[in-house]
Amino acid sequence: MTNAGTKDAIAPTQPVIPKTTVSVREIFLAFLAIGATSFGGVVPYLRDGLVTKRCWIDDKEFVEMLSISQSLPGLNATNMAILVGQKLHGRSGSFAGILGMCLPGAALMYVVGIFYHLHGDHTWTTAALKGVAAAAVGLILYTVVNLSQKALSHKFDFVFMAATVLTVNRLHWSVPRALLIVGALAILFHHPYRKPKTTAP
Amino acid sequence: MNQSPILARVFAYLSLLTVGGGMAAFPEMKILTVDVHHWLTFPQLIHIYSVGQMAPGPNMMMIVVIGQWAGGLLGGLTTLIAFFGPTAVLAYVVGHAWKRLERWPWRRSIQEGLAPVSIGLLLAGCFTMAKGAIFGLETGAIAVGVLLMLLQYKINPALLVVAGAIVGALSFMPK
Repeated sequence: MTNAGTKDAIAPTQPVIPKTTVSVREIFLAFLAIGATSFGGVVPYLRDGLVTKRCWIDDKEFVEMLSISQSLPGLNATNMAILVGQKLHGRSGSFAGILGMCLPGAALMYVVGIFYHLHGDHTWTTAALKGVAAAAVGLILYTVVNLSQKALSHKFDFVFMAATVLTVNRLHWSVPRALLIVGALAILFHHPYRKPKTTAP
Repeated sequence: MNQSPILARVFAYLSLLTVGGGMAAFPEMKILTVDVHHWLTFPQLIHIYSVGQMAPGPNMMMIVVIGQWAGGLLGGLTTLIAFFGPTAVLAYVVGHAWKRLERWPWRRSIQEGLAPVSIGLLLAGCFTMAKGAIFGLETGAIAVGVLLMLLQYKINPALLVVAGAIVGALSFMPK
């Protein structure tokens, strides 16, 4: 098939990447690079590194894996490393992926922990940390707003959202209890046999 | 005293609470690490969580700091494995099956139903944190400022946290 004369026939095969050829080492290095550079949220860096740069998965698969990552417990970053690694190279692929993803941040935070212990109570650090903490609250609020716009499918969802906040913060329910009770009610509310007017994806 | 077995238990439990994001586990992380086991103070927990937002990779790496303070290098490694291990195994096992359940009608119900609950957990974590992080005009203004900036402009959140550090240093430095 790979005759010297059939150059034209080879060209169109360019986007097809044989999945078995991605080695564990390549997976580790790819996720190490993402784990070391993904400042301010991993998702755009994952997409860029896995879909755009390396073509290991396509956009549709990426979105699908991301939605699975979000439904399961665990962080998007590590769940994506597991799912993509699994797809590319099975168990060792998953292990290489999550190891690469976690290593840089973990090492960095380990050093931060030592420095905080040494210098955390200087006046300038405590002052700066107050600002950092306030900024982090703003960041979480943004994530709440952003996810609410994207992920909520019914007006009534805000009731479930408020119920979760109240049961955890006011009634001091444990998270598993809130998940089990409020979550079950919300899932039942969204049961598949309700009026089929929202068939559009 | 060797803290590693307790660290492993606490963080493996917290691991499974991170539905929809690490912040979902924050209220119980506060109770377990601060109130029950006294590994650190509430302001310290808020500080390391917030500093962790400037680090690359998974945004809950601050758990390594808790492990390190409680049990040195071994403690740090223990929390890392305990916090990321259980959900990794779960993703490995369930991820595959979940994909094959695409036609199952309840799959969509579960996704749609869990969405508001996981956002609620995120908001609950945010309120827990705000109790320790927002105290007066300056901190409130920083939080709202960051929110508005992110809603208005496409800007890297890590940069805004750095900006928060600078504003904080300027506002809270004595004299």
